Amino acid sequence: MNTSPSENSCESCPLVVCLVSRLAFECTVTVRDALNQALDEELERDERVFLLGEEVAQYDGAYKVSRGLWKKYGDKRIIDTPITEMGFAGIAVGAAMAGLRPICEFMTFNFSMQAIDQVINSAAKTYYMSAGLQPVPIVFRGPNGASAGVAAQHSQCFAAWYGHCPGLKVVSPWSAEDAKGLLKSAIRDDNPVVFLENELMYGVPFEMSEEAQSKDFLLPIGKAKIERQGNHVTLVSHSRMVSLCLDAAAVLAKEGIECEVINMRTIRPLDAEAIETSVMKTNHLITVEGGWPQFGVGAEILARIMEGPAFNFLDAPAVRVTGVDIPMPYAKILEDNSIPQIKDIIFSVKKTLNV
Amino acid sequence: MVNIFAYFIRYPNSVRSKILGCDLHRLDEGPSVQTVLTREDGLRYYRTMQTMRRMELKADQLYKQKIIRGFCHLYDGQEACAVGIEAGISPTDHLITAYRSHGYTYTRGVSVKEIMAELTGRSGGVAKGKGGSMHMYAKNFYGGNGIVGAQVPLGAGVALACQYQGKNEVCVTLYGDGAANQGQIFESFNMAALWKLPCIFICENNKYGMGTSVERASASTDYYKRGDYIPGLRVDGMDVLSVREATRFAADYCRSGKGPILMELQTYRYHGHSMSDPGVSYRTREEIQEIRSKSDPITMLKDCMISRNMASLEEIKDIDATVRKEIEEAAQFATSDPEPPLEDLCKHIFYNDAPLEVRGTHPWMRLKSIS
Repeated sequence: MNTSPSENSCESCPLVVCLVSRLAFECTVTVRDALNQALDEELERDERVFLLGEEVAQYDGAYKVSRGLWKKYGDKRIIDTPITEMGFAGIAVGAAMAGLRPICEFMTFNFSMQAIDQVINSAAKTYYMSAGLQPVPIVFRGPNGASAGVAAQHSQCFAAWYGHCPGLKVVSPWSAEDAKGLLKSAIRDDNPVVFLENELMYGVPFEMSEEAQSKDFLLPIGKAKIERQGNHVTLVSHSRMVSLCLDAAAVLAKEGIECEVINMRTIRPLDAEAIETSVMKTNHLITVEGGWPQFGVGAEILARIMEGPAFNFLDAPAVRVTGVDIPMPYAKILEDNSIPQIKDIIFSVKKTLNV
Repeated sequence: MVNIFAYFIRYPNSVRSKILGCDLHRLDEGPSVQTVLTREDGLRYYRTMQTMRRMELKADQLYKQKIIRGFCHLYDGQEACAVGIEAGISPTDHLITAYRSHGYTYTRGVSVKEIMAELTGRSGGVAKGKGGSMHMYAKNFYGGNGIVGAQVPLGAGVALACQYQGKNEVCVTLYGDGAANQGQIFESFNMAALWKLPCIFICENNKYGMGTSVERASASTDYYKRGDYIPGLRVDGMDVLSVREATRFAADYCRSGKGPILMELQTYRYHGHSMSDPGVSYRTREEIQEIRSKSDPITMLKDCMISRNMASLEEIKDIDATVRKEIEEAAQFATSDPEPPLEDLCKHIFYNDAPLEVRGTHPWMRLKSIS
C-alpha cells in the first residue's frame, strides 16, 4: 500500500500523470531526477556522504543532476571545486581513506583522464596493496560516452578503460530505476565505484515502480537485467544503447524475430552468467555498445562466451555492434553515422540469423 | 652488564637549547629559537633515529643479497625529519608520504619486524607481503605512495576529512624536491588555501630528485615559497629539535583554523635515489662524506646530549647495542617468515563484499576473491 510518497519521489511528475499513476502506485521519473533522488536520500541517510565537483553546488550541477542539494545541505556537504580534476579527485580519494564517503563528480568522464591516476593507482589498488588495511569507499560519477554535437574530445566512452582494472566496480545504468538503485548501492558500497551516466538519457522519463520509490531501494551491483524476453537472439547492451536494442527488437518482432535484450547494468564485475544462460537459450549473440570496438566491452563479452559453456550453443559467430573506430566528428550526418543506429542492430541480427 | 654508575650519576632532566631560526615566507613570526630538550625525549629521539638508521642499512644489505626485490628507497640521513615531525604532532594526527617511507612507517607505529618482513615479501609483513617497500600502511598513516606527487592531493583530502569531522586533527603531507614541480601539488595548494584545510605541506628537500639536482629541475629552489599565498618556513632538516619546533608551530597554525602551511626541510640522503642508484654519478663522494661528518642528525643529537651531560657514552652504547639486536632479530624474522600462501593471491580486491570469482591466467583457472 503506497502511503504518503516521500517528498522527493514525485517532484517531477506532472500532476495529472501522477494522480493517474498513483492509482497504479507507479510514477514517471526522468533519469536525472532518479539520480537526484538517490543523491538526496543517501546524503540524508549518512552524514559522511558528500558531493564534490565542478558546478555541483551553486550552479545546481552542470546537467542539473544535483539540483536543490546545495540549498538543502549547504557548503559542507556539497562542494564546488576549481577546474582541477587531478587535484580534487585526489582530495576525494584522501577523504575516503580518512573515513568519509565522497561522491566525486566529473563533469564528463572525458575529464577524468586528467585524474585517472588517482582513480586507478590511489583508489582502485589501495585495498589490495594494503592487504585490507585501507578501504576506499568512493564513487566517481558523471556522464560518459557520446552526447550530441560535442565532437571528439568530449565524446569518448570509458567503460572499457575502467572496466579493465581490478579493484574498481564499474556501473552503467540505463533506466531511471537503474540510475536510482545502482547509485544508492554504489554510494553504500565500501569500494571505489565508477558510475557511468549518459547525458542523452538524463531527460528520458521512465516508469518507476512503487518499490523503486522507497528510500531503501537498492539494485545489486554485478547483476544484469533481462529487459525483454526472446528466443531467437540475445542482444547485450549497456546504457543508452539498451534503448536502441529495445527499439530494434520491436521492429524485428513484427517480422517474427524475438530478441532477448539484456541490460548489463554493471560493466565490472560482468554478469557473464546471465549472458551465458541467455545464449544457451537463443544460440545467437550480438553485443551493442556506443564505445570503440578494439579492446571494448563487446570484445570482452565475446571472449568470455568463447571460453565458457555457452560457446557450444552458438549457431553462428557472436558479433559486436559498436561505435565506428574513429574520433567523434562534429557534423550531424557524420556523428549520426559514428555510433550504432537501430538499422545497424537490425542488420546484424538478420545477418547472424541468416535471414 | 649493569652500569652501576648510572645510579650515581645525576643527569639534568632537561636543557635549554638554541636552534637555528627559520627562513619565513608570509609569516611575521616563526617557531621559537629556544627549545627545551628533556633527557627522556633526547634518549627517545636518539633511539628512534638509530633504529631507523640501522633498519635502512640492514635493508641495504638484504637488497644486495637479493632477499629484498624491486624498489627500495632508503631514508638514511633524513631521520631527523621523520622523528622531529612525529615529535611535533600527536598519534591522532595524520600523515602521508611518498615512496621513501620506511622511516615514517616506523614513527607511525609499525614495528621494525613488520616493516622488514614487508620488504622481504613475507606474510608477517605489515601488508602481508602484498604491498612491498612503497605500500605500507598504519592507523592514521596513509602510506607509502608510488606515484610521484599523487600523495599530496590525498593528504589534502585527509585534511578535508579532519576539518569535516571536526576533531581538531591535522594532516602532514610530505613530498620531495622532485615532486615539488608537480601540477597536482599546486592544485592541492589552491584548494587547501581556499577551503582552509588543516594541512601541513612538507617538502623534504634532499637536493636531488633521483639524479637531477634541484638547480637542474626547478626554476625556483625556494621550495618554502612555492606555496605562494600559503605561508612557508624553511627549516634545518638535519636537526631533530628544529624540525620538532617547526612542526609544533605549523600544527598550531593549522589547528587555529588559519588554513594550510608549508614547510621545507633541508635534508640529505646518504644512499642514492634507490638501491639501483649508486648515488655518485651526480654528486661527489666528498659531498656525501662532508654531510656525514658535519651534519649527521644522529651524531649531532648524540654530541649534544653528551656535551650537555644529559647522557653518558655508556648509555648511548647500550642503546646502540639494543638497537642492533632488535634489527638483527627483525631481519632474522624477515628472512625466515614464510611467503604469503597462494590462497592470498586474490584476496583483498574488495572490502566487505561477497566472494567473487577472479579469472586466473587461463580460462580453466577460476580463483576466488574473499574480502
